Amino acid sequence: MRDVAVIGIGMTKWGELWDKALRDIFVETALLAIDDAGVDHIDSMYVGCMTSALFVGQEHLASQLADYLGMGPIPAARVESACASGGLAVKQGFLEVAAGFSDIVLVSGVEKMTDVGGDQATYALSTAADQEYEGFHGVTFPGLYAMMARAHMHTYGTTREQLAHVAVKNHRHGALNPLAQYPFEVTVEGVLSSVMVADPLRILDCSPITDGAAAVILCPLDMAKTLTDKPVVKITGVGHATDTIALHSRDDVTTLNATAKAGEAAYQMAGKKPEDIDLAEVHDCFTIAEICVIEALGFIEKGKGGTAAESGLTALGGKIPVNASGGLKAKGHPVGATGVAQVVEIVKQLRGEADKRQVEGARVGLTQNMGGSGGSTLVHILEVQ
Amino acid sequence: MVTPARYWREIPQRYRLEAGKCTRCGKTYFPPRLVCACGAREFEIVRLKDEGTLQTFTVIRVAPSQFVDEAPYAIGIVELNDGVRLTAQVVDCDVEHLEIGQKVKVEFRRIQTVGEAGILCYGYKCVPV
Amino acid sequence: MVGIVGYGAYMPRNRIRVEEIAKVWGADAPSYKRGLMLEEKSVPSPDQDTITMSVEASKHALRRAGIDPQEIGAVYIGSESHPYAVKPSGTVVAEALGATPEVHTADFEFACKAGSEGMYVVLSQVEAGHISYGLAIGADTSQGAPGDALEYAASAGAAAFIFGKQNIVASVDLTYAFMTDTPDFWRREYQYYPRHASRFTGEPAYFKHITGCARGIMEKAQMKPEDFAYAIFHQPNGKFPMRVGKMLGFKREQIEPGWLVPKLGNTYSGSSPMGLTATLDIAVPGDKILMCSYGSGAGSDGFIFTVTDRIEEVRDMAPKTRVMLDSNKNYLEYGTYAKFRGKINKITE
Repeated sequence: MRDVAVIGIGMTKWGELWDKALRDIFVETALLAIDDAGVDHIDSMYVGCMTSALFVGQEHLASQLADYLGMGPIPAARVESACASGGLAVKQGFLEVAAGFSDIVLVSGVEKMTDVGGDQATYALSTAADQEYEGFHGVTFPGLYAMMARAHMHTYGTTREQLAHVAVKNHRHGALNPLAQYPFEVTVEGVLSSVMVADPLRILDCSPITDGAAAVILCPLDMAKTLTDKPVVKITGVGHATDTIALHSRDDVTTLNATAKAGEAAYQMAGKKPEDIDLAEVHDCFTIAEICVIEALGFIEKGKGGTAAESGLTALGGKIPVNASGGLKAKGHPVGATGVAQVVEIVKQLRGEADKRQVEGARVGLTQNMGGSGGSTLVHILEVQ
Repeated sequence: MVTPARYWREIPQRYRLEAGKCTRCGKTYFPPRLVCACGAREFEIVRLKDEGTLQTFTVIRVAPSQFVDEAPYAIGIVELNDGVRLTAQVVDCDVEHLEIGQKVKVEFRRIQTVGEAGILCYGYKCVPV
Repeated sequence: MVGIVGYGAYMPRNRIRVEEIAKVWGADAPSYKRGLMLEEKSVPSPDQDTITMSVEASKHALRRAGIDPQEIGAVYIGSESHPYAVKPSGTVVAEALGATPEVHTADFEFACKAGSEGMYVVLSQVEAGHISYGLAIGADTSQGAPGDALEYAASAGAAAFIFGKQNIVASVDLTYAFMTDTPDFWRREYQYYPRHASRFTGEPAYFKHITGCARGIMEKAQMKPEDFAYAIFHQPNGKFPMRVGKMLGFKREQIEPGWLVPKLGNTYSGSSPMGLTATLDIAVPGDKILMCSYGSGAGSDGFIFTVTDRIEEVRDMAPKTRVMLDSNKNYLEYGTYAKFRGKINKITE
């Protein structure tokens, strides 16, 4: 297996991109990544996208996007793992390069979510749950995470304010990210008085509906040094695991088993421990998600996740800054793009290009990207060479 | 959108809470499965208990398209008295005062109505006792 | 001997008061309450219909009958609000109870008489020995047009009876039917609300058919009103059953236990059958009960029951009708009621 490096990254401003089609936002970020890497071609591409069919009525996405990128006839594949589709695309790109099938691989994630109305978007996202045994009964994604939140509060005494602190922290970070959809700060009072979506989660506990894409270029580590002058970032750990599709099938709804398993696998492959990680981009689709994720990844003791944002542990300047980019919460969450955008942020940080939100001296970064209510998770560990 | 065949296929589970119980290790799956975690592939069909306890819940205020008219509605994870857990709406209650640990019973209700002229979908909901 | 081996009722917990409806339409609530003897009525939630209430009432009946649902040979549902215009209610109910596939199902419709009709037919099936047990249900989520007099009464509820030859709680001693063609109330195909012929629904319709049926069955049985512990007559409002009882020579005390309508409203096909469940809840062995349904169009089915010793054993095995009527109520405002009953036009896709 060959070592794999990230040599190019691309991301544009996320938000409600009314004048851009899915293919446009994909091509824009892909070109940025290609230019950043300084390559003149790619050998193959993977694109992560959750449900272009339900959002824009387009399937056969990989071929369409390779075509519009002007890269046909390269092999192109679209992968899907709900909100972890982007993370899965990174893994597939990694495997393609590591196995020697391709040298230069474009990995992209994309989602165009605003072409449908709010209740249709809620429905489209709810298809990541067990359709016949969760979705059929009217559960939504905020609803599933709300059930985790209520259980976490009931079992561990996590407070409503602690949940709000996750949003406050991530918006504080996001305000430093010019590409974020909502680059502004919010207050605990603001979160607690925002509209209730699924008790106890309010609108400011939820990541938004976003149009956006992100792209990275992968190549063998040996080749990286000949292609770019920028600091080379190596993917040193890859973890991938699944859990029950239905939340009700888990013994404990506050434990993200797939995240724990994927984290263990990535740590083992990279030869790292949680305390070796300098910063992490994790899947804070809802405030409670970040709390459960940092527990599953071993950044904090099980049940204590609620204290992390409030105490500053996971803030910029803290022991383990989490979601320096603003996270899904402030940066936006175009579902299929998120896993790739997390890698973009870590590479920026490890290269020292993160400007006002730069984590000083960052050498080892981690991404965690999760599908559904935790039914799939991808964890990647990246290190600057 | 629920189609007739998709709905019909799940009728034994939705109407009668039919589950699959592994004849080797006794683990019960709802809905029934073809293979057990223990590796066995023989199951007997059992009907689950129609009473249980609310493990966690939420109140959906922003609903998917088919449920918009019913919001706000409570939905939760219920552990039936035989230990099997499922997701169901909790109805006939004051959603503002529901609590974890609430004892519930299963009632037969309409779950979804497909458009103005489509099929009516029935199944289980829970009601506090 | 054939009779009821298990019975059960079900009603939604939502209620709306006469005053709340009258307020919207500028009607005089006290005169409605006095004239029709109505105080409030049950209202189904959007997730309740004839099928769901039938299933719940039947589960209560099954508990009291103590039989395996697979032993049920027929499921008959009488309703004027079957959720589908075409597609049976009975198959859903039979499937939910676990009575399929060796079972005969049929949906009956005869205005408010459809429930007793199912009882009448399933009884014959059992008596003829074609089936061991048969289930008959009267259920409705009836609709009155907004502002119409019917809106004050049209309500929701269900009653279910399992008939058989063993472990009887009330034997059926005699049946009788009285029918003529009388257009007092109807709903044409594709119409949402029924129409009625106002005061014509009284004397030549309700009163003529119920008195015809009651007198006919008593004459056939050679019984007089005083021979009965209880009598149940169809309850379109509070006043009619009391008045018809008086016309026939029954006392208020004989009618009152099954007289649910002031607090329940008119559950149409469920009306007299639910009255029977409430009466069985308090009857003692040996009691004779007369039930005469009424269905517009028009006709009345009559039954004479004798309560057996087994009533004492089964009574508490399922919720009693008056307990459901008086507890856990949820009062609605007219706006919520209008939303629940589909009276508000929304944009559809």
